[in-house]
Amino acid sequence: MSGTATTMTDPASTPARDRVLVEARAVRKVFDLGSHFLERTRREVKALNDVSIAVRRGESFCLVGESGCGKSTLARVIMGLLPPSSGEIHFDGTRIDGLRHKARRPFHRRMQMIFQNPYASLNPRRTVRQTLEEPLRFHLPELSDAEVRETVERVMVSVGNDPTWISRYPHEFSGGQRQRISIARALMVDPEFVVADEPISALDVSIQAQVLNVMMDARDQRDLTYLFITHDLSVVRHFGTRVGVMYLGSLCELATTQALFETPRHPYTRILLSAIPRVSTEEMKPPGLPGEVPSAMNLPSGCVFHDRCPLANARCSAEVPRPLAQDDGTLVACHAVEEGRG
Amino acid sequence: MPLLDVRDLRVEFPTRQGVLTALHDVDFTVDRGERLGIVGESGAGKSVAAFAILNLIGRPGRIAGGSILFEGQDLTRLSTHQMRRVRGDRISMIFQDPMMTLNPVLTIGTQMVETLKAHRRIGDAEARRIAITRLGEVKIPSPEKRLESYPHELSGGMRQRVVIAIALLTEPALIIADEPTTALDVTIQAEIMSLMLDLCKTHGVGLILITHDLAVVSQVTQRVVVLYAGRVVETGETARVVQDPVHPYTRGLLAALPGEGTPGARLNQIRGSMPPLTAVPEGCPFNPRCDFVEDRCRDALPALEDLDGHRVRCVRARDLASGVAA
Amino acid sequence: MTHLTARLTALLGSDVLYRFRRDPVALTAFAILVAFVLAALLAPWLSSMNPHDPAQIDIMNSEIPPVWTSGGEAAFPLGTDVQGRDLLSAILYGLRISIVIGVFAVMVQMTLGIVIGLVSGYLGGKVDAFFMRLADIQLAMSTLMLAIIALAVFKAAVGAEFYEDMAIVMLVLVIGFAEWPQYARTIRASVLAEKKKEYVDAARVIGLSAPTIMARHILPNTLSPLLVISTVQVANAIISEAALSFLGLGMPVTMPSLGSLISSGFEYIFSGAWWITTFPSIALITLILAINLLGDWLRDVLNPRLFKG
Repeated sequence: MSGTATTMTDPASTPARDRVLVEARAVRKVFDLGSHFLERTRREVKALNDVSIAVRRGESFCLVGESGCGKSTLARVIMGLLPPSSGEIHFDGTRIDGLRHKARRPFHRRMQMIFQNPYASLNPRRTVRQTLEEPLRFHLPELSDAEVRETVERVMVSVGNDPTWISRYPHEFSGGQRQRISIARALMVDPEFVVADEPISALDVSIQAQVLNVMMDARDQRDLTYLFITHDLSVVRHFGTRVGVMYLGSLCELATTQALFETPRHPYTRILLSAIPRVSTEEMKPPGLPGEVPSAMNLPSGCVFHDRCPLANARCSAEVPRPLAQDDGTLVACHAVEEGRG
Repeated sequence: MPLLDVRDLRVEFPTRQGVLTALHDVDFTVDRGERLGIVGESGAGKSVAAFAILNLIGRPGRIAGGSILFEGQDLTRLSTHQMRRVRGDRISMIFQDPMMTLNPVLTIGTQMVETLKAHRRIGDAEARRIAITRLGEVKIPSPEKRLESYPHELSGGMRQRVVIAIALLTEPALIIADEPTTALDVTIQAEIMSLMLDLCKTHGVGLILITHDLAVVSQVTQRVVVLYAGRVVETGETARVVQDPVHPYTRGLLAALPGEGTPGARLNQIRGSMPPLTAVPEGCPFNPRCDFVEDRCRDALPALEDLDGHRVRCVRARDLASGVAA
Repeated sequence: MTHLTARLTALLGSDVLYRFRRDPVALTAFAILVAFVLAALLAPWLSSMNPHDPAQIDIMNSEIPPVWTSGGEAAFPLGTDVQGRDLLSAILYGLRISIVIGVFAVMVQMTLGIVIGLVSGYLGGKVDAFFMRLADIQLAMSTLMLAIIALAVFKAAVGAEFYEDMAIVMLVLVIGFAEWPQYARTIRASVLAEKKKEYVDAARVIGLSAPTIMARHILPNTLSPLLVISTVQVANAIISEAALSFLGLGMPVTMPSLGSLISSGFEYIFSGAWWITTFPSIALITLILAINLLGDWLRDVLNPRLFKG
C-alpha cells in the first residue's frame, strides 16, 4: 500500500507517518438539536461519520462535496472550532483535540484559517492594522512596535495588498481585497498549515483567479500545507495535490488530483465530475443523480449514497462500505467498485 | 419583430455623490423562444437590466432613457396598472432566492391557485389542475401532495422547481431568471438548468438568463450580452463569443475559469477589479485592467464595433478578432 | 484614543449625520434635549436662588402664581411653591437630579446588562439558561413594584433622616438593578447574531481567550442596539424616579427632583395653586418625549436591516 494508507482506519499500516502533518482519525461529529417538546427521541444531525484523512507536509489537500456533506464541519473540527464527538485530531504527532486553552496555544500559531465570506470574516469595527497586528501581538509579544509594523507591511505586500490600506476599515474594500486581507491575517504568524474554507466561492470570477493565485504564491514562498475546502471540482484541478470527496458525512473517495480526474471510481465522484459546468457549445444535460441528498438527521442504512446510486444493490443498503485501497493508492468506499460492478 | 427589444436603456440612481448611471445605452433583443444570456460580475448592472424590464427599479432609481418594446408596446410608458398585467403574466421572473417568490405562510397550492386566478378567469378546480400539471412538468414527485406543502418543507432545489412551475403558470412569452441556480449545488444546478432549457424549448418561451457564470451561459443560451460597468462590451451568438471572445474583458473572464489552463499552474487573472459606479474611468471603462490598452482607450468611449453580428466595444476589436494583437 | 477619534470621524461623515440633518423631528428632539441638559448643568447660574438652601427660602413668598397671572411677581417667573421656593429654580435643580439619577441608573443597568448579556450569549448552555430565567422572573414583576418594596424596606430599616441623605444613591441602585434584563436581553440577542460571524471564528483560530473575544471583538459590534436601548432606558429611569418620588419613596422635598416637585404640588392643585404641579410635569413630559423621539429615530437609522443594499 502506498502512503495514503495512513488515512485508513487501521492504524497498524502507517509507514509514512513522519510526513503526515495533520491527521483526523475516525472522526464523528453529532450535533444534538435537543428533543422536540412532544417527542421522546433526541434529534441528532450526524454531520461526520467515521472520517479519516491525513494531510502530508507541503501538500494541498482538497475536500470536495456538496452542501451538507460535512467538509466544513471536518475543517472546523480540525481547527478546534468544534469538538469532535469521537475520534482524534493529531498535529505533527501531537493529539490536539481536547487540549486546554494554554496547552493549545502553540498550535494556534502553527495552524491558521481563511474563511468563506470576506464580508463577515473581518471585524467591521477594527482597522486593517488592528486586525493584522492582533495575531502577532498575541503570539509574539516580544516583538517591538517597529518589528510588528514591518511584518504587517511585508505580509500585506506579499499578498498583493497596498500597505497604506492599514488605517482603513473593512467596509472600504471590495470582496477580493478583503479576502486578501483575510489571507494576510492568516499568514501573519507564519503558520505551517492553513485551512481555507471555500475562500473564493463568494467572489467574482475575475477575482477568484487573483485570490487563488495569491494562495498558490504563498504556498510556494512559505512551504505551506493547505487543507482546501470547496464545492468546485474545477478549482481542485488547479490547486490540489490530493482530493477527498465527501457525501453526507462520509468520505467516498480519496485520490491524487490526477487520478481523480482521469479515473474517477466512486459513482458519486463520477456524477460530480460530470455536473461541473464547463464552457462548451453542448447543451446542458441532467447529471443523472435522482432525488436529493437525504437528511443527516435520518441517514440511509448501509452506504449513505445507496438510494441515489446507479450501481446500488442489496449489500449497499445493508453494509457500510469501508475505504479500500486501489492499485494506485486511491481509497474508494464503494461495494460496487470492490466487486467490480459497473 | 423581436419579442423584446431593449434600446438605449439608461438607468440612473441619484445619490449624495451625484447621479450614478447603472446602465448606459444598453441594447439587446430577445426573439420568441430565444434564450439570451446576460453575463457580468457583481455591479455590472445585469440585475438592474432585469428589474428595468419589469419596471421594478426601486426609488430613487429611474429609467432615464431608452425604450423597452415587448410584444409591440413600450413597457417604459405603461401605467402601474397596465404593467401589472404584463408582469407575472406575459413576463415571469425567477430570482436567485426562491423565497423572494414564495410566501412562507401559504401552501404551494394556495400560492399557485391565487397566482393563476389573479391573471385568468378560472375556477379553483381548473386552477388546481393546471398547478398540478406544471408541478409535474418541473419533475416534482407526487405533485398533488406537494400542493399541500409549505415552502419550508421543501429543499432549496425543490423550492426553485416550484418557482419555475409558478413562472410557467400563465404561459408567459418571456421568463427572466436572475442567477436562478447560483445558491444551489452543482448537481442540482445541472438538473434545474437542463430542466429550464427543456421547458423553454417545449413551451416556446423566451428566456433571459442573468448570471455571472459563463459556463452555464455557454450551455443554455443562444446569444449572450456581456456587461461591464453598466455597458455592453460584447454581444453575439453564445457559441461564437465563448469560443472566439474578442473583447479583452471577455477573454480574461474565460481564461480565468479554473477549468481552463494547465492543472497546477497559476490561473490567468485579470488585474484589479471592476470600478464602483462612483469611479468609472474615462474612456473605455475597462482600460485600467486591459492588457491591450492604448492611449486612445483613455480618451474616448469606444463604439460597439460590428464584426458581422458579433458586436464588440473595443477600439482594437478588428485586430483582436483577426488575431493580430494576440 | 486615536481609534476613538477615527471612529467618531467615520460616524460623523456617515449617513447617520446626513440623515439627522434632514430629519426635522430628530433635530427638534435633539435641540430640546440639549437645552434641557444645558439648563440642568447650568442650573446654579440660571436660577435666581438655590432651592436646596433653606437660608435662601422665604416662607412669606409661598404660593405666588406665575408672573403673567394676577398676583404674579417678576422675581418668580413661574411662581413659587408652598415653601416659597422659586418654581423655575426648583425645576432647574430638579431637572439636574432627575437627569443624574436617570443617567447613573442606566450606567448601572448597562454594566450589569453588558456583562450578563455577553457571558450568556457567548457561553450559552447552562449559564445562559440561568441568567435568562432570572431575567424572565424579574420581568414578570414590574420594575416599580420591585423598587417600591426595596425602597420601603430600606427606608424602614435605616430611618427617614438617613434615607433622605442616601436617596440619590439608593434610587440609582434600585432602578439600575431593577431593569438590567432589558439590556442583558438586547446584548445577548446581538451577541448570538455576532458570534456566528466568521470574524469571531477568526479570533478563536488566533487563540484569543473568551473574555478577550467578548470584549474586543463582540462588544464593539453590539454598540448600535446598545445606543438605541440606552436612550429609551434613560427616559424610563427618569420616569421611574419620578414615579417613586411621587409616591414619597424618592427624593425628599428638601432636595426635590421633578417627581417630588410634582408630588409636592399635587395636593394644592384643587386649592388653586395649579402651577406647582403643572410646570414640573410639562418639563418632565417634554424631556421624556424628546428622549424617546430621539431613540425612535436612532433605532430607525441604526437598524442593521436598513444598512444593507
